Order: sequence, then structure tokens, then C-alpha cells
Amino acid sequence: MIKVLFFAKLRDQLGISELQLDSKNNPDVASLLNNLQQRGGGWAGALADNKLMVAVNQTISTGNPSLQDGDEVAFFPPVTGG
Amino acid sequence: MIKVQSEDFNLQVEYDLLRQQSSVGAVVTFSGLVRDCNLGKKVSGLTLEHYPGMTEKSLTEIVEQAKQRWNILACRVIHRVGKLALQDQIVFVGVAALHRREAFACCEFIMDYLKTQAPFWKKECNEQGESYWVDARETDAQALGKWRDNEAAHKK
Repeated sequence: MIKVLFFAKLRDQLGISELQLDSKNNPDVASLLNNLQQRGGGWAGALADNKLMVAVNQTISTGNPSLQDGDEVAFFPPVTGG
Repeated sequence: MIKVQSEDFNLQVEYDLLRQQSSVGAVVTFSGLVRDCNLGKKVSGLTLEHYPGMTEKSLTEIVEQAKQRWNILACRVIHRVGKLALQDQIVFVGVAALHRREAFACCEFIMDYLKTQAPFWKKECNEQGESYWVDARETDAQALGKWRDNEAAHKK
């Protein structure tokens, strides 16, 4: 399974902070994102923002890394700490 | 030393911890505070959310990158999370070095990276009881770009 996390404004928009998804249907970040956007409701709109950041196993990820069982993928808006 | 905590911090304590080695010739500290106005709107407080685990990891990586660029003797980073009131301290970065130039540069570098890479999010509230997520600023991304351009220039 892949653990998927959402934070801040994105979590509020989706109404959920965590999902467990099958790794077979989500071999990489792009397919995971695509599957999430197909969930209907506000998912496509909330996840369409091209400024969204992605972290795989708690490291910011660019490109389209492949995923496997046990991975943790987080989607979140641009960070605003400090 | 990196800490993510809800408790406040004490500047004097942090400063004293940074100047424990006799080789330290310069200490630069930065602290960020909750202010009462953002982009023309009155603010009455804020809540800081974070990604537990990744925040510590990303701050550690930022400090490691800074240590590769400058010869620093000590570094302390504290970021608070949870509910904060006006004038509360949010973040502390302190750097000790032989000389001021590397201490200033390193402190600024850590803050610029923290602002754009560390997973913290601010939600502001106002006196009307409304609350809203703060949008990231383009100027923060530009500040980071400056260091990346520098790095690219160094590698040429």
C-alpha cells in the first residue's frame, strides 16, 4: 500500500488528510495524481493547481518518481512557514 | 540543532549556546514574529501547521547544505507550530562563525530555504473570527532563486 497525505488548504478542500492506496494501480506519482483527480467531486479541481508540491518519503520531489509498497506520498500547497 | 515545537524560545539562551566555543568571532541571529497586518489586512493571530517528520528532515537538510557552503561553527534553528498570537516568536535561526560575512550569508540562506522548502503552512485569523490560509509569495521564490543562481555560477 501507498500512504497518501494531504496538508493545509488542500486537505481542507478535499476534506481528508490521509488515504491508503494500492501500489499496483499507482506505479508512479503521475498515475497516482491522475487516479486522485478521477475521484470526482472537488478532487480534480483541487489537484489541478500546478503549484502543488509533492513529497515522496518526506523529500520534495520533482519529475515523476516510481512508487512502491510502503512509500509515503504527500501533496500540499506551496509552503508558507518562517 | 533543529527543533520544531509549540513552546516559545528564549533569544538569550539560544545566543549563549551559539557562543560556547572560543573560536567564535561572529554570531548572527534572526527571529520572525507574528505581525498585525499582512498584505493590507489586519491579522489577529495565526496557526502554524506542519508535516511532522518531514519538517525536521527538511530543516536538517537545509542546515547541511548551508554547512557545505560556509565554514560555520554552530547553528540553531527553531520553528514553532500551533496557535500563535500577535508579537509571538515564530522562528529562530542562529549561526556562529569565525567572521561576520559567512554568519550573515548562512543565516539568510537558511531562512530563504526554510521559507520555500520546509513544510509549514500559516493560517491567519482576524478579529471578525475569519480564518484563511496564507498564499506563498513570489518574492520568497525569487530569494531562493538568488542562491541557486549563485550555485550554478560556482559550478561553471
